[in-house]
Amino acid sequence: MCATCGCGREEQIRFTTVGAPQAGQRRQPAHRDDHQHPHEHEHEHEHEHEHEHHSEHAHEHEHPHPNGSGHSQLSGRTVLLEQRILAKNDRQADLNRAWLAERQVAVVNLMSAPGSGKTTLLERTIAEVGPRFGLSVIEGDQETLLDGERIRASGCRVVQINTGAGCHLDADMMARGLAELAPSPGSLVVVENVGNLVCPALFDLGETYRVVVTSVTEGADKPLKYPQMFAAADLVLINKSDLLPYLDVEVSEFEKNVRQVNPAAQLLTVSATHGDGMIAWYGRLELLVTRLTATPS
Amino acid sequence: MIMPMHELAIAQSVVDAVLDRLPENRVSLVVLQVGKLSGVEPDALRFCFELVVADTALDGAELEIVEPVGLAWCETCRMEFGLSRPILLCACGSADVRVISGDQLLISSVKVA
Repeated sequence: MCATCGCGREEQIRFTTVGAPQAGQRRQPAHRDDHQHPHEHEHEHEHEHEHEHHSEHAHEHEHPHPNGSGHSQLSGRTVLLEQRILAKNDRQADLNRAWLAERQVAVVNLMSAPGSGKTTLLERTIAEVGPRFGLSVIEGDQETLLDGERIRASGCRVVQINTGAGCHLDADMMARGLAELAPSPGSLVVVENVGNLVCPALFDLGETYRVVVTSVTEGADKPLKYPQMFAAADLVLINKSDLLPYLDVEVSEFEKNVRQVNPAAQLLTVSATHGDGMIAWYGRLELLVTRLTATPS
Repeated sequence: MIMPMHELAIAQSVVDAVLDRLPENRVSLVVLQVGKLSGVEPDALRFCFELVVADTALDGAELEIVEPVGLAWCETCRMEFGLSRPILLCACGSADVRVISGDQLLISSVKVA
């Protein structure tokens, strides 16, 4: 069964390089998953991480019970685990981060509710600055290649991940998507996560920068209704600003509500269809790419 | 039935983590910490847990969920205060606040046969 997306069946997840013949297997971030995938595993990394993540093993020898009961008994013994439920995803996310750092690739994880304009934002971004940043895309959707094809039509390399019933991308899918995409050193990858304001917040992909897109038509209360998502953001993009004249909503309300759940988040107001505010968005992307080459990996 | 809810993925992660670490054992009880601010719904998680343990060494295991309440620290007041929702604002008006408890998503322990 699939450990990650709740789909129950691993084979429901599909990876498609849109507009390209099926590529062969490429080197991908080390994979410490133990359900079976038809590709190579890099076991050398596993050993490194055994030392860093001491919670790998049940602590049967590390917590002796003073009364002598418990661990040595064969029946009904309690074993302390004290580990994060999502430890496995987090470990894979760390491996992804290391893989990306080694290649000096920056990844933006773009998250939002369905219909906030992520794909339109991406299309315009690709058209205006795609070549400048060597932009390539990992597109997540439950079903269809529709968004992947839209991105492909903008002239950008794209891998579509269909999660089946899964409601989010996870670090394992990310590892496989990155291997398929094989981004060039020094380039920028944008991941368009499955449209969902709940689940993606919990799953670290190993990304460099988390962006939540919310549109003015969704109403200013979304940050308060979905606080986990907005709390996870480095940047909140308030999209569809061109529709503000028709709505009874102020950008300042969005700002106030985002601040309540995430005082540190940066905020930008944009219109992906009209282009307003996009220069500032490109500035953030530029900063990510500049940092890559400035920081020794 | 397949539900697009993250509690299902969380339940599956719990089962996988337990099987990873105790592959040899039959498990009769799993104790989790699911903080009030974690964004995970305990009832939905219990429901999903029953589904995903089927045909594993955790089949029939009891699930105990401890729910630590939200606690935050205000840097301005230098005081702890209770937090029922993840809104990072102190009564004093300060937003220089950090969560110190309530966001846990942990497997505390398991009981094995």
